[in-house]
Amino acid sequence: MSAWLKVCPLEEIPPLGARVVKTSRGDVAVFRNAADEVFAVDDRCPHKGGPLSQGIVAGKRVTCPLHGMHIALDSGEAVAPDRGCTHRYAARVDNGTVLIQLG
Amino acid sequence: MKKPKLVLVGNGMAGVRTLEELLKLAPDLYDITVFGAEPHGNYNRILLSPVLAGEMKLPEIMLNDVDWYRDNGIVLHAGKKVVKIDRIRRKVVAEDGSEAPYDRLLLATGSNPFMLPVPGKDLPGVIAYRDIADTQAMIEAAANHKHAVVIGGGLLGLEAANGLKLRGMDVTVVHAADWLMERQLDKTAAGMLQVSLEAKGLKFLLPKFTSELVQGPDNDGGRVCAVKFKDGETIPADLVVMAVGIRPNTALAEAAGLHCERGIVVSDTLQTYDPRIYAVGECAAHRGTAYGLVAPLFEQGKVCANHLANFGIGRYAGSVVSTKLKVTGIDVFSAGDFMGGEGTEEIVLNDRNGGVYKKLVLKGDKLAGAVLYGDTVDGSWYFQLLREGRDVSGIRDHLMFGTSYVNTHLGSAGHQGQSKAAAMADSAEVCGCNGVCKGTIVKAIKEQGLFTLEEVRKHTKASSSCGSCTGLVEQILATTVGGAYQPQDAAKKPLCGCTEFTHEEVRKAIREQKLLSIPAAMRFLEWKTPDGCASCRPALNYYLVCAFPKEYKDDPQSRFINERAHANIQKDGTFSVVPRIHGGVTTPAQLRRIAEVAEKYAVPTVKFTGGQRIDLLGVKKEDLPRMWADLGMPSGFAYGKSIRTVKTCVGSEWCRFGVQDSTGLGIDLERALDRMWAPHKVKLAVSGCPRNCAEAGIKDVGIVGVESGWEIYVAGNGGIKTEVAQFLAKVKTREEVMEYAGAFLQLYREEARYLDRTVHWVARVGLDTVKQKVVEDAANRKALYERLLFALQDEQDPWAERAKGLRSAEFAPIRIVEQKGESHERLAQSLPA
Ligand code: SRM
Ligand SMILES: Cc1cc2nc3c(=O)[nH]c(=O)nc-3n(C[C@H](O)[C@H](O)[C@H](O)COP(=O)(O)OP(=O)(O)OC[C@H]3O[C@@H](n4cnc5c(N)ncnc54)[C@H](O)[C@@H]3O)c2cc1C
Ligand code: SF4
Ligand code: FES
Repeated sequence: MSAWLKVCPLEEIPPLGARVVKTSRGDVAVFRNAADEVFAVDDRCPHKGGPLSQGIVAGKRVTCPLHGMHIALDSGEAVAPDRGCTHRYAARVDNGTVLIQLG
Repeated sequence: MKKPKLVLVGNGMAGVRTLEELLKLAPDLYDITVFGAEPHGNYNRILLSPVLAGEMKLPEIMLNDVDWYRDNGIVLHAGKKVVKIDRIRRKVVAEDGSEAPYDRLLLATGSNPFMLPVPGKDLPGVIAYRDIADTQAMIEAAANHKHAVVIGGGLLGLEAANGLKLRGMDVTVVHAADWLMERQLDKTAAGMLQVSLEAKGLKFLLPKFTSELVQGPDNDGGRVCAVKFKDGETIPADLVVMAVGIRPNTALAEAAGLHCERGIVVSDTLQTYDPRIYAVGECAAHRGTAYGLVAPLFEQGKVCANHLANFGIGRYAGSVVSTKLKVTGIDVFSAGDFMGGEGTEEIVLNDRNGGVYKKLVLKGDKLAGAVLYGDTVDGSWYFQLLREGRDVSGIRDHLMFGTSYVNTHLGSAGHQGQSKAAAMADSAEVCGCNGVCKGTIVKAIKEQGLFTLEEVRKHTKASSSCGSCTGLVEQILATTVGGAYQPQDAAKKPLCGCTEFTHEEVRKAIREQKLLSIPAAMRFLEWKTPDGCASCRPALNYYLVCAFPKEYKDDPQSRFINERAHANIQKDGTFSVVPRIHGGVTTPAQLRRIAEVAEKYAVPTVKFTGGQRIDLLGVKKEDLPRMWADLGMPSGFAYGKSIRTVKTCVGSEWCRFGVQDSTGLGIDLERALDRMWAPHKVKLAVSGCPRNCAEAGIKDVGIVGVESGWEIYVAGNGGIKTEVAQFLAKVKTREEVMEYAGAFLQLYREEARYLDRTVHWVARVGLDTVKQKVVEDAANRKALYERLLFALQDEQDPWAERAKGLRSAEFAPIRIVEQKGESHERLAQSLPA
């Protein structure tokens, strides 16, 4: 089990927004939705590598800014009928701090 | 680690193209060395014909000059011919003794021109037509001599003859076959070609067989002086150009023991029998064919580069080629099996006096070949049908009339075409943007049980980009599901899947209920999703911005990234920066600042846009705020559903035809409309006279100066479907222009659906209603203009705000500090912007 890493205080991610986090695994997009849930996925769209962190967030989904593919944030999978998957990491909020697990 | 070594022998078109493809895929994989027998960089051999004809100069045809090799770390040995490949020690040896070791070797030695084995073939004045040296020899001969004989009436021979004629020589083309270009043309087309070339002063002898080239007196350097034929006839010749064919240049490979058979034999991955050695271009024989045109060579290069880059995907499966004759000014096209014969049918159009001849050869349901003479516009279309082996039975009746006819009659270019979708082949492409064929759409409709356009868009992507194939997709739906198809009543169409309400109903509710935020609007209108989607949120945000200019608090998270970051996102995730340059008029100081910023932030591309300003492309997101601060210029809103540009011409200030100050008015308009959000982007132009150099005829608002004032045109569009702007009104003063244009735009802002351009909106509501509200009803016009001015008043420049630090966290990535082997946590650092 790898360590939980502190990312930032929750309020540094806008609701329905994201921040890019530079990690040893490359860029990870950490999202916050309207219900203050957080999600972390690789910042690369399975379609053509678009930066998902820059997309519009709604519900538990993000829409890729490049060609509009929808990605489910809790699984990293493209929403049907699109296909593809981006790597998802565990993420949680603890005492107002966002944590992710790179393992 | 030491890089493996790649050596290229043959610095020509195929070899260097392969290197270019390789550098794109794997720029640092190899140490690359290139040997080329010619003492030049790499040039475009094809363009030797225009050089000979005097249409181009040598420097213009260089593809990669010496700097290119240096910049890419490639060692170039120009002017060194490789004479030996030592496959045991894995090195090549050049004429001058220099050597280069290789891990992989690429042979691209091209072809040698074939010289007829007749007496006198080595005389001075007898040359081939292959390289720069030959071309220069011809140019020189044309300057000093009179009679030229070109042996060979093929493509190359005719281009040579044409060039020499243009350079003033008396030219005779000698050809052994019954008609010219017999490998590309049938007898009828060749006959027409010969007649037109004769009209240009060329002479032809055919069929005619050369028996000897005769040497002239010693005082002329022993140069050729005549050509003698088998039938005894002799004609004068100071220059003889042999263009009777080429032979793959395999000598080097053969000497190294590589298997050759009319070319160096290569596999589908372009490998020779020695797996370390690849071959591409005219020297290579793939599945028994050595090609003599560049298109196949480039396809080979792509595949070969992929394998050299160790990607190992892609096979070369051979090419179908087409031919065009350049520089003679006569249009000739041919492709495929153009002679026809057993098992084929022909469709022929023969207009001898009109100078047009077309022959299409059909085999079963497919196009097998084509010859076009005089009118070749449809050549590429036929070529595509042929290459893709499409079933053309459905369009056979009008195949001969070409692509434009077929398209207008199939409705693929418009939204309302007649239903010919049924007749289309499954392999026919419907959506050009996403490359979707009819078969794919039909399959999706049947298997997934789709009934609406939206569903088809979602599942196949067809018609989801530019939308110009919408009509065709709807027809396919209708023919596939029959009576079950319910065309959407556009007027009743919900804004998106999150609601039942239309754009108009949503806007009305927002206005009348004074819904001041997106959540409030969603609650009142009983949205089906908790926070909407990427389609409805930007629309709602705009409707709120428009309805309550000073009260509504903009929601950045409901804007597309471009509007959130005030810059255009690029395909690699970087951004572009386009400062506002009012009316396209700048100053040295401004240019200097842009240049300094471009240098400071190492901007990879600086480009003039089509909107008369400058685009700095490839900027890292985190650099944006500091760049804006350094620029000190307002945002050009090149990213927004907003005012974009006001293009201007020089106008009466300088132009000898100008009757109005178009530049001044354009600048005023752009200043007045700055920061204006709209349903879609908005572009204006102002020209100083009806010559219309600012292209006002295809703008959302186009203004043309005339002697007595200004003409205002609206709802033009230069984009996906070009639409000419329509006349709105003629006015006398600049103030009136501002008021009319402003009122028109405010009406558009208030009435159009989000993502309607002015052209779409006006097409729906009708120009008459617009004229009524903007031109005829003066009070209404003034009220509209007032509302626009109120909305724009005190709007802040987004760049200036962000440069001062507004929401700066958005631009800065978070860097995490991870500690190896320890399980406790460390707080990451949020770096300053
Ligand atoms: C930069 C520029 C090309 C250039 O290098 O010249 C450009 C670049 C883009 N155009 Fe354009 N257009 C540019 C002038 C034009 C013009 C010519 C003009 O403005 O005079 C047209 C035709 C005129 C018109 O719009 O009526 C044009 C018609 C389009 C269209 C089709 C619009 C339509 O309604 O049919 C799109 C697609 C869209 O907007 O949905 C588009 C979309 C785009 C986008 C925004 C594509 C995108 O979504 O990423 C490109 C952004 C590249 C970037 O990141 O910078 N661009 N584009 C031009 C910017 C002008 C400026 O200074 O702001
Ligand atoms: C006048 C003219 C007009 C043409 N017009 C057209 C046209 O309109 N359309 C079209 O598709 N094609 C046209 N072609 C054909 C086209 O140019 C060739 O198909 C193409 O250039 C072949 O590319 P390549 O790399 O195989 O050979 P090349 O471009 O000939 O390159 C081979 C190079 O290898 C060098 N070389 C050979 N042996 C050695 C060695 N041992 N050591 C070092 N270097 C060596 C040669 O000097 C040469 O520079 C035209 C050709 C000519 C001559
Ligand atoms: S539109 Fe008229 S005024 Fe403007 S540059 Fe052209 S000719 Fe001159
Ligand atoms: S890269 Fe994400 S949709 Fe294309």
